[in-house]
Amino acid sequence: MYEFDWSSIPGALPFLWEGMKVSLEITLTAVIFGIAWGTALAMMRLSPLKPLSWFAAGYVNLFRAIPLVMVLLWFFLIVPQLLRSVFALDPNTDVRLTSAMIGFALFESAYYSEIIRAGIQSVPAGQVAAASALGMTYAQSMRLVVLPQAFRNMVPLLLTQAIVLFQDTSLVYVSALADFFGTAYKVGDRDGRLVELLLFAGAVYFVLCLAASQLVRRYQKKLNAHVAH
Amino acid sequence: MISIDKVSKHYGSFQVLTDCTTQVRKGEVIVVCGPSGSGKSTLIKCVNGLEPFQSGTITVDGISVGDPKTNLSRLRSRVGMVFQHFELFPHMSITDNLTIAQVKVLGRSKEEATDKGLRLLDRVGLKAHAHKFPGQLSGGQQQRVAIARALAMDPICMLFDEPTSALDPEMINEVLDVMVELAQEGMTMMCVTHEMGFARKVASRVIFMDQGRIVEDNATDAFFGAPRSERARQFLAKILSH
Repeated sequence: MYEFDWSSIPGALPFLWEGMKVSLEITLTAVIFGIAWGTALAMMRLSPLKPLSWFAAGYVNLFRAIPLVMVLLWFFLIVPQLLRSVFALDPNTDVRLTSAMIGFALFESAYYSEIIRAGIQSVPAGQVAAASALGMTYAQSMRLVVLPQAFRNMVPLLLTQAIVLFQDTSLVYVSALADFFGTAYKVGDRDGRLVELLLFAGAVYFVLCLAASQLVRRYQKKLNAHVAH
Repeated sequence: MISIDKVSKHYGSFQVLTDCTTQVRKGEVIVVCGPSGSGKSTLIKCVNGLEPFQSGTITVDGISVGDPKTNLSRLRSRVGMVFQHFELFPHMSITDNLTIAQVKVLGRSKEEATDKGLRLLDRVGLKAHAHKFPGQLSGGQQQRVAIARALAMDPICMLFDEPTSALDPEMINEVLDVMVELAQEGMTMMCVTHEMGFARKVASRVIFMDQGRIVEDNATDAFFGAPRSERARQFLAKILSH
């Protein structure tokens, strides 16, 4: 019978917190850039200009058809070298975090763009007609009328995607980057308490993600009540 | 003011408008009616370029709508339009609905736009609702706000696309009252509507459409008294029998 020994966890909490900060940092940048680039992709996809639409469709299909872990691996192998040669960095500079952020942002923007595209299409065509009839240009009607409504409808989906993204950040272990999961693994390995540390890490992910999805659900209820009103 | 000359439009092989020709002079009120699917909504949307058309010409105040060189946004900012489903912007307060295009399109100051918007809101009898959101108003109230929003742009003419079709019966009159008042003040108006009482009261001419063609374009009294076409006679018999 395996005997659990949790004694190495309290001492490791500061390291684990550092790891958690890395995970959150990657999540946050990927969400912000993912939404920004995803919005651009969604608008290109819906654009009447065929080349733009094709580019966006190709981008989205490409990233959605490749496993995330492979994208991350490529980025760890290619981007650091690229950054070093472009910015003439010292070979010892650690650019793993930056390349992880870029990899996640580019990958997630494919998913975000599909959510945003659906959000834009959920706004009735009559709204665009009304904005146009008032003399607004296409850009103005998008910015002032369509996107604000689309984003309000999309917030729950965007947040849910952010929760999935937070869990996926654990995949950066392929680059030995010390995120929360990676740190827990290292500490467990060092102390010979891998089972306990990984159970603890799993519990933390579970509690955080469950709490976040409960918040999203409450927000969604509020939103629905507001719309019904 | 508005001149429509031999306008045709098709979606693929489906012909929506065929050789439509008519004029709306300054100060005239034209009612466009006809069975559903007759192309009347499509025709009125061609007037401000919301719907493209393949042949013929439409000019508004001397500016050609179909000309690719025309700045359509600029033209549309001078032509008011009211929609069947109101199309107020649900994420903005009534005041913001009334001011946004004045500020962003016409470049008016926030104060000037608010002043103008609230004056028009008062005119349609809804001053007390300035801070509410569209979802908090009834259909009739929303449509009156939509009319005020269009008027806030100081339009040279107004287009109405079935403004009362989506309303509960008891709300139709409050909207028609606003439209009658507007007509009596001399606004140039082109209205797609089935409200024949409104047509009798203020229309200079009635245009009857069927299957994408203008079947009859007649003075109001003549249209109701002795319609020239058999199709219009049948239509009137059906909608006026109750």
